[in-house]
Amino acid sequence: MAERTTREFMLGEGSGTGSGSQALHVGVGPAHPAMHGIIRIAAELDGEIITRADVEIGYLHRAFEKECEVGGWNNAIPYTDRLNYVSPLINNFGYAHAVEKLLGIEVTERCRYIRTIMAEISRVCDHLTCVGASAMELGAFTVFLYMIKAREYLWELVEAVTGARLTISYGRVGGVKADLPAGFAEMARPAFKETREVLDEVHRLLTGNRIFMDRMVGVGALSREETIAYAITGPMLRAAGVGYDVRRAQPHWAYDRVEWEVPTRTDGDNYARYLVRMAEMEQSMRIAEQALEALPGGPINVDFEGRPIDPASYVDQGKQGKTGGLLLLPITLSPNLEGQGRAAQARVNAHDKRVVLPPKETTYGSIEGLMNHFMLIMEGYGIRPPQGEAYFATEGANGELGFYVVSDGGDRPYRVRCRPPCLPPLAALHRMIEGEMVADLVPTFGSVNMIGGELDR
Amino acid sequence: MGVGSFFTSKLDEAIGWARKYSIFQYPFVTACCGMEYMATACSHYDIDRFGAGLPRFSPRQADVLFVVGTISHKMAPVLKRVYDQMTEPKWVVAFGVCTCTGGFYDNYATVQGIDTIIPVDVYIPGCPPRPESVIDGLMKLQDKIATAAQRF
Amino acid sequence: MDGALILDHLRAAFGAALVEAHDFRGDHTAVVARDAIAGVLRHCRDEAALGFDVLMDLTAVDYLVYPGREGGSRFEVVYHLYSIAHNHRLRVKVRVPEEDAVVPTVMTVWPIADWMEREVWDMFGIRFAGHPDLRRLLLYEEFVGHPLRKDYPINRRQPLIGPRI
Repeated sequence: MAERTTREFMLGEGSGTGSGSQALHVGVGPAHPAMHGIIRIAAELDGEIITRADVEIGYLHRAFEKECEVGGWNNAIPYTDRLNYVSPLINNFGYAHAVEKLLGIEVTERCRYIRTIMAEISRVCDHLTCVGASAMELGAFTVFLYMIKAREYLWELVEAVTGARLTISYGRVGGVKADLPAGFAEMARPAFKETREVLDEVHRLLTGNRIFMDRMVGVGALSREETIAYAITGPMLRAAGVGYDVRRAQPHWAYDRVEWEVPTRTDGDNYARYLVRMAEMEQSMRIAEQALEALPGGPINVDFEGRPIDPASYVDQGKQGKTGGLLLLPITLSPNLEGQGRAAQARVNAHDKRVVLPPKETTYGSIEGLMNHFMLIMEGYGIRPPQGEAYFATEGANGELGFYVVSDGGDRPYRVRCRPPCLPPLAALHRMIEGEMVADLVPTFGSVNMIGGELDR
Repeated sequence: MGVGSFFTSKLDEAIGWARKYSIFQYPFVTACCGMEYMATACSHYDIDRFGAGLPRFSPRQADVLFVVGTISHKMAPVLKRVYDQMTEPKWVVAFGVCTCTGGFYDNYATVQGIDTIIPVDVYIPGCPPRPESVIDGLMKLQDKIATAAQRF
Repeated sequence: MDGALILDHLRAAFGAALVEAHDFRGDHTAVVARDAIAGVLRHCRDEAALGFDVLMDLTAVDYLVYPGREGGSRFEVVYHLYSIAHNHRLRVKVRVPEEDAVVPTVMTVWPIADWMEREVWDMFGIRFAGHPDLRRLLLYEEFVGHPLRKDYPINRRQPLIGPRI
């Protein structure tokens, strides 16, 4: 921690009190103007210096782990969206992959790439929000506006793929909800360009800015040893000089097939964390671009002969027994379901009838398809992993995001545990703020990037 | 209509008009909806166009309480206290389905709608609501502010 | 180090204290006797060949209604360890009976265990002997019961408490 000059005047000192100094107790939060997140810090001050801090969390506890035990395996996906709601795609895929590991299935090649691309876009959104919000709390409102502007471009991409801006529920056990829409790579290019411009602007505004540096450099520092002892991962660990990144250490999806670097710094202070996050955004876009370039087509089992017909007449024809050749016909799907046709679905989902819903054509067009659909949707059936447990970790925006799933062989999870990347930094927050000034609490809390949904679950 | 009530209603209208375009909001941001709140507040959707661009992070100087995000049982007393600290006239917007009904968090930890704790003027459902529906909700609130009998 | 070698190493070092060891889907798991758990975990961190310097996760599972586990210990406390230097993982579990749900704390080995143990106490009601400040982490002190236990219904609500200081 940085050296501070001791103040000459202490609260409670001076004329009148006579009894020397006394500690001042200040409660910060849970609703505090300069903190984007709901925690409570009971601080004990000596003058302006925090001598002792007790962090209390749990204000957004909404029973994620209990809710997961209520529905089927896929029903937990919407709840995972709302863990780290700034980068929900990573949570989706992390959970889906953990269940796939339990089932012992592999997703298709194209799906691996799609997961990589979407997870990286999500990571950029997360870092943009984190850097933007913490800069805003230091008074740099422009940075916040710029970064949210860039995030808006990326959200348009997310919306084109998933149909939603924020809570996307795009991952599925065994694949993803739908294929990428046509022309996605062309849509992504200008969005990345805009984001890069914003990053340039922010670098010009903040990196080297005197006020910003004064608030960030040497503030909220944590040593390498302590960071590890507190199990802190992600940008905060990399800012302390440890190049641990799950994507590099245990490559999954397509991370071992693209070229990228793990940015690290050695200071472990707020400024180092800011620089690591800024560098990571560039790396994430690099990964996404390369993955888009190398996106494989994958197997297409069914050809696209015949004109598309609408689902209602598809069902009608089937009821009338006119099933000849019907299975080969594609159907027109609503724009929300774009990329869910048979051809697209076969490319992105694992070929496993125990896990993946059949495409709409098959559901509507054949009795086997309909039965398959029912078997996966009906209560008491559905996805049934074997008895056992699995832990899968991916790199969330704040660090190692792990899912530990336990199955009793039934159609709903016996236990889902999320290893929250946010919790360890918050557990160590008192180490970062004790001995520093009250005002330093704000940038330090900003650099921790606390996300309530993930922290309190 | 007497002369007195004519003036009162005209004065009401004038004050209502002024009030609806000078909303000082207190964003009580707890969860995911906060992301869409940020998006709505920033330049792309820009709620400043509706005179509601300036958040006041002090309940005593705010007149609209935006409850943005899930309220848990642990958070409920805090919300109540913030609401109590606001001065009249005050309005409450329930932003997102968790604040309206508890949403799909039907469990031991979550308050099933903030209207079990404090009165609500406008409900904006959605998980989270898109900025368009937030703006729609804001305009509904403006109508409510403008047409209500004014207290001052 | 390969997961099987880690388990062999632990077996050699602790013998009978290693109740069970298995490998499922590439996750290597060691089930350890309760009185030995603190020693095993400290050894895992300090032994250079193992080098588990990160306690990635500490949680518990309630096996009350798990088919095939009737009559056994109700809880399992699960430690996920990771070594940055060796890039390997290990899961260590300890079985805990309901009537005596106490596990020794590992706070002195990894400080992060402080909050993780508080969470397990909060959610499962498992105590950690030697933990100096075992308060609830996520819920509030007035909450009755431990919600992640299988016999706590998900929608059992508790009265809203009044404003606290």
